[in-house]
Amino acid sequence: MAPPTRVKTLKINNRDVGARQDETILEAAADVGITIPTLCQLDGLSNGGACRLCLVEVKGSSRLYPACVTRVEEGMEVLTNTERLTNYRRMILELLFAERNHICAVCVSNGHCELQTLAQDLGMTHVHFPYRHPHMVVDASHERFVIDHNRCVLCTRCVRVCDEVEGAHTWDVMGRGMDARVITDLSQPWGTSDTCTSCGKCVHVCPTGALFEKGKSVAEMLKKRQFLPYLKLMREERS
Amino acid sequence: MTPEELDEIATIERETTHQFQHRVSVCVGTGCHSAHSEEVKTALEKEVSRQGLENWCQVKGVGCRGLCASGPMVEVDTAARLYQGVTPEDAVEIVETLDTGSVPRLECPTDLPFFTRQTKIVLEHAGRIDPERIEDYIVMGGYTALLKTLTEMTPAEVIEQITTSGLRGRGGGGYPTGLKWRTVAIAAGTQKYIICNGDEGDPGAFMDRSILESDPHRILEGMAIAAYAVGADEGYVYVRAEYPLAIKRLRAAIIQAERNGLLGKNIFGTPFSFHVEIRLGAGAFVCGEETALIASIEGRRGTPRPRPPYPAEFGLWGCPTLINNVETIANIVPIVRNGGAWFAEIGTENSKGTKVFALTGRVNHTGLIEVPMGITLREIVFDIGGGIPDGRKFKAVQTGGPSGGCIPEEYLDMTVDYASLAQVGSIMGSGGMIIMDETSNMVDVARYFMEFCMTESCGKCIPCRVGTVQMHELLCRIAAGQATPHDLELLEELCDLVKQTSLCGLGQSSPNPVLSTLRYFRNEYMDQLAAKPGE
Amino acid sequence: MTKVTLATVWLDGCSGCHMSFLDMDERLLDLMEHAELVYSPLVDLKTFPDMVDVTLVEGAVSSEEDLAKIRKVREHTRILVSLGDCAVTGNVPAMRNLFGVAAITERAYQENVDLHPQVPREVIPALLPHCCPVHEVVNVDVFVPGCPPAADTIFFIVSELVAGRRPDLSGLTRFGA
Ligand SMILES: Cc1cc2nc3c(=O)[nH]c(=O)nc-3n(C[C@H](O)[C@H](O)[C@H](O)COP(=O)(O)O)c2cc1C
Ligand code: SF4
Ligand code: SF4
Ligand code: FES
Repeated sequence: MAPPTRVKTLKINNRDVGARQDETILEAAADVGITIPTLCQLDGLSNGGACRLCLVEVKGSSRLYPACVTRVEEGMEVLTNTERLTNYRRMILELLFAERNHICAVCVSNGHCELQTLAQDLGMTHVHFPYRHPHMVVDASHERFVIDHNRCVLCTRCVRVCDEVEGAHTWDVMGRGMDARVITDLSQPWGTSDTCTSCGKCVHVCPTGALFEKGKSVAEMLKKRQFLPYLKLMREERS
Repeated sequence: MTPEELDEIATIERETTHQFQHRVSVCVGTGCHSAHSEEVKTALEKEVSRQGLENWCQVKGVGCRGLCASGPMVEVDTAARLYQGVTPEDAVEIVETLDTGSVPRLECPTDLPFFTRQTKIVLEHAGRIDPERIEDYIVMGGYTALLKTLTEMTPAEVIEQITTSGLRGRGGGGYPTGLKWRTVAIAAGTQKYIICNGDEGDPGAFMDRSILESDPHRILEGMAIAAYAVGADEGYVYVRAEYPLAIKRLRAAIIQAERNGLLGKNIFGTPFSFHVEIRLGAGAFVCGEETALIASIEGRRGTPRPRPPYPAEFGLWGCPTLINNVETIANIVPIVRNGGAWFAEIGTENSKGTKVFALTGRVNHTGLIEVPMGITLREIVFDIGGGIPDGRKFKAVQTGGPSGGCIPEEYLDMTVDYASLAQVGSIMGSGGMIIMDETSNMVDVARYFMEFCMTESCGKCIPCRVGTVQMHELLCRIAAGQATPHDLELLEELCDLVKQTSLCGLGQSSPNPVLSTLRYFRNEYMDQLAAKPGE
Repeated sequence: MTKVTLATVWLDGCSGCHMSFLDMDERLLDLMEHAELVYSPLVDLKTFPDMVDVTLVEGAVSSEEDLAKIRKVREHTRILVSLGDCAVTGNVPAMRNLFGVAAITERAYQENVDLHPQVPREVIPALLPHCCPVHEVVNVDVFVPGCPPAADTIFFIVSELVAGRRPDLSGLTRFGA
């Protein structure tokens, strides 16, 4: 018999919230309709706390906590949208836009992109750091899909879905710092990958236009994610 | 191995040593090794045998004696004569004068403050034993602390001693070691691990390397004691692959200890078993961060993950794991041997014991030093370090490497302890200490460390991955005289962002060198701006 | 009451933002009751006035000429508005930064030309090594992303500015919109 789940009570943005003890701040907030910006997090995948957009303030601590991986605690007082946090979030987005070449106007995901939407929601109207314009490659060697590194934000959703859900582990990350990039198999053209099952999961979890289907033109790439909550649910029932 | 056998090894070793009239110890530690001390040792051995003196004079390789820049160092008989800058050609003279006197031209004064102002606990065997022989370690009382732990103490008593000692982690964080041990000890789970962190990636730091190369058994014994205390039976030493000598000696030490039953099953006939394996780091600085290190041992990409859960509860393979720095572990044996109270006598209120520093930069005596906590920076720089060369003026001391800061002259009389260093905007760090004179440009210093963080960022989290690049770019602009006051504002804004929002310590502390130089040497930044404020 | 003076400038862009400006259609007439268009590629004035209240800039800064122009405009403008993605981010014109000026001119004037390929040295202004958004070279007061921003957005922005208010853009437009 599973041990009884305990309920924790906490405050999020001064609202009293009750949450299961194993819930994260992000989940507890979502339960009561408070959205916290996220990018690397995706329901159904493990969380690495990488993008830092979901950082929240917790009363009594000078540290900031990633809501997607921080468990609720009794009596916690969480603030999710202070001016300080919004500023940090905007700057983090700006750093992303300045890092590679996100030219929204000519992107397959224009209008359906999580990065673009985040920028809009957070009121990020321009990037006040210098753009870096690195030379990045596009790998179109796969029969059906393309990876455009210009638009990759290194959220590693593709890596995680491929490993954790599809079980193929075709994707991984190579290199450090600014040289980091996602690779297929042993850093070889995607089309030559022995492990890729062409299931397309990576394409559909990708928040930006970095992964897309061939034949899609500007603004035509819509990501379909229904499979993830479904698979997650089915797995939970099995275990 | 029984206690009696341990005693016997020591006795035999002592008797063998006594047969010799003379003993010539050649430093084969980090610095001297790279100054070709092995060749000096070979030359001395040849000379001894050429003169047929093998049974009269013993030639030994020993660990680091600290004054690395003057190496190769050779000691004749214990503390009688110390030679510096020895070359293979000097061998004849050294051997010829063994009985009659000395080779004045090579003599290194042993009454230098460099030697007399140090307190050796961690490095007590360095320069005195041959790191490649377990007998040398045993004759110095080696493995008796483990014997005492296993036969006379409960795990709780061991932890009690460590807690009493006030020892804090030497890997940079300064977390109380006793507390960490207790957390692992009480964590739920039957399988537990212990990891010794020897990744040491700070530029210019070689404290842990020196310990591993000079006294590897000390680490194995310390790990075994820690394992007993927290209930672990497997340990890993994570050493960076750039330390081949340390790896070689550690590997030899493990084999020797296993052969003698000091590692393995039922040590000293007790129920306690402990195995140690070596894992090599592939050169990423971030793999010194504990969660990245664990990922690396598990065979995954070495990137940090958010904590909690801390490794003490959820570590290697998801099991409770104790992870301690090499120098932290090296303090365990003396604490167990002499008691926690003895250790707590040394140092200051909140910082106990000694700290090993790699003293480098614009100072007369560079090398490895061990000083009691609470010593002043002035004593380190001007007494032990012998002051600034070429009649130049002292400017700043950098501690904590890429995570630390620059401390200006006005704080020279400050004591070296965790709290004081933090208060002036630096950290104790793992022990790098770089002295700068008036010719150093502080913007360059900041840029150097930022470049380090930028290239060593693992790339997982955005603020560190991209923020360090942007900060580096701005520092380059300032250094090139092309920056505006607005660029300086941007730099400070980024420092705050990266410090507050990065995932791990690398990112969080990467702005420290910039922040501390801005704090004390802001004028140097202003002087290098292309346009001045208001223009 | 004196009317607010309004100007528009065209740097390295496709003129789409100006088209969108014209798409305000009859609302332009409403605007002109309170504002006067004193300089624009759409009107026939050759010199930039002494001081303009609001200037909308389309396009990224790509050439020596763009740079000289925007510096001058900034000097003679109270409120400078980056209009559209090229002005705000560099957008498509900045995609050349990935390859460098030499490769770009080679491609445009040599490789793709059949008859007398040659790189023009006169009339066409020299390209800067990097194409950049307007705010990397001068201070910008208001940012209006969009490729191009919709006529509704432009109307809202300009109306607010003409009325002496700082427009709140949130939710109105986005990059690539
Ligand atoms: C970027 C980074 C690098 C680190 N490198 C090392 C290292 O090389 N050696 C080390 O002992 N600790 C290093 N640490 C600290 C470890 O994470 C950990 O705190 C330490 O090994 C714990 O041991 P201690 O309590 O004995 O200090 C590093 C931390 C960070 C954030
Ligand atoms: S390709 Fe897409 S899913 Fe994969 S890391 Fe990049 S942005 Fe994320
Ligand atoms: S702070 Fe830097 S090193 Fe640490 S996780 Fe983030 S990117 Fe990696
Ligand atoms: S969503 Fe939490 S760190 Fe990315």
